[in-house]
Amino acid sequence: MMSLFFRDLKLSVRAGGGAMIGVLFFMTVVSVIPFGVGPDLNLLSRIGPAILWIGALLASLLGLDRLFQAEREDGSLDLMLMHETPLILTVFVKCAAHWAATGLPLVVASPFLALFMNMDEFAIGATMLTLLAGTPAITFIGAVGAAVAVALPRGGLLVSILVLPLAIPVLIFGVSAVYAAVEDPAPFLPPFMILMAITLFFAVIGPVAAAAALRHSAD
Amino acid sequence: MSDNSLAIRKFSDLANPTRFLALADRVLPWFAALTVLAFAAGLWLSFTTEGDYQQGETVRIMYVHVPSAWLSMMCYTLMAISALGTLVWRHPLADVSAKAAAPIGACFTFLALVTGSLWGKPMWGTWWVWDARLTSVFLLFLMYLGLMALNRAMDDPARSARVSAVLVLVGFVNIPIIKFSVEWWNTLHQPASVMRLDGPTIDPEFLWPLIIMAVGFTLLFFTLHIAAMRNEIWRRRVTSLRRQAARNAGRENLVP
Repeated sequence: MMSLFFRDLKLSVRAGGGAMIGVLFFMTVVSVIPFGVGPDLNLLSRIGPAILWIGALLASLLGLDRLFQAEREDGSLDLMLMHETPLILTVFVKCAAHWAATGLPLVVASPFLALFMNMDEFAIGATMLTLLAGTPAITFIGAVGAAVAVALPRGGLLVSILVLPLAIPVLIFGVSAVYAAVEDPAPFLPPFMILMAITLFFAVIGPVAAAAALRHSAD
Repeated sequence: MSDNSLAIRKFSDLANPTRFLALADRVLPWFAALTVLAFAAGLWLSFTTEGDYQQGETVRIMYVHVPSAWLSMMCYTLMAISALGTLVWRHPLADVSAKAAAPIGACFTFLALVTGSLWGKPMWGTWWVWDARLTSVFLLFLMYLGLMALNRAMDDPARSARVSAVLVLVGFVNIPIIKFSVEWWNTLHQPASVMRLDGPTIDPEFLWPLIIMAVGFTLLFFTLHIAAMRNEIWRRRVTSLRRQAARNAGRENLVP
């Protein structure tokens, strides 16, 4: 399982630069916003956490269709299906590797992009923390979409459409946790706990459903 | 033979599409007639009863809005049960049912959203607010559209059925969220007033037209659903006949 993790990690970091494209896309989305709403620094610092979250969500959706597609094309997906380790565990490890390759760079990049948004240190820290807790949930939800669309020749756009409605709660509670941390009266912990609960919930549901979808699309 | 095993046999008899088609032909006129009757009674009641003392005439929007909202959730529940039927029991008609239900559910959800915003403009002063109930129903609408797109994207009906069944079950998380959203979060949308443990809090004068309209909408749903299932079975037969014909034609060309 560890070897699978590192194999997937190496593949996505080295071949084709799939991981870097996510970060580049994230940067592009975030830097486009000031051109759209105008360079008002007060406004930007107010909407900054939300913009970072939306950018991270869209960037994580971008690479999702590659999660199982390459394995299906070269036939190693069939080997994984026949392997004696439970498919659910394999899917879980692949999701973890995918998150480490695409989600973690987004979290690391977010403080630098937050500087564009004129956010203070406290808001930057809170955004990073919520992204760290919330982006795995997007990967686990996305695994279901990727597994469902794996049989399609061009499933990329469809994956985003299928996954986005399910990922909205992550966005809602991620952003509300940041705002709760920045604004004094609102308590930070309840929305953050719900965000963690969503991540844990989908860490269970996601691999199970994705494994079921992979099994059914194979035969 | 006991009644119980007879009932089971009836249910598994339906697995045969031809038997289902025969049954559908027999029950559809009855469903359609009952739908017309219920709508006639419901519409007459909802137009003749008094307007509300606060909301005036706009309260009549409720008689379309509330049944559509109920059906949008009931239709997804039915799809989730069908998805279980596809994955667990491999009932051959379950995927036909799920596929036929998706566009109907999308229509009712759209109707609920549109009538809701028509009602919201005079009552709340705005077409749309991002509160919990509205947002979760809008997400339900998006999920219906995504499922329809997924169904269209695959050629093989058996495979697309099993794959979309997984997605239907994952998306079922949203249904309890919609149901309890008005109680969990403080929002503009009013809390439940009919389906309550301590009985409906709505005035009987509005309750009766609402119930009859809800019955009419439910009958309409089942009429449309059975008709759509019938069409789907026929469409699959036509497709397989065409494939067969194309295969035969290819064979004749090969052998001179």
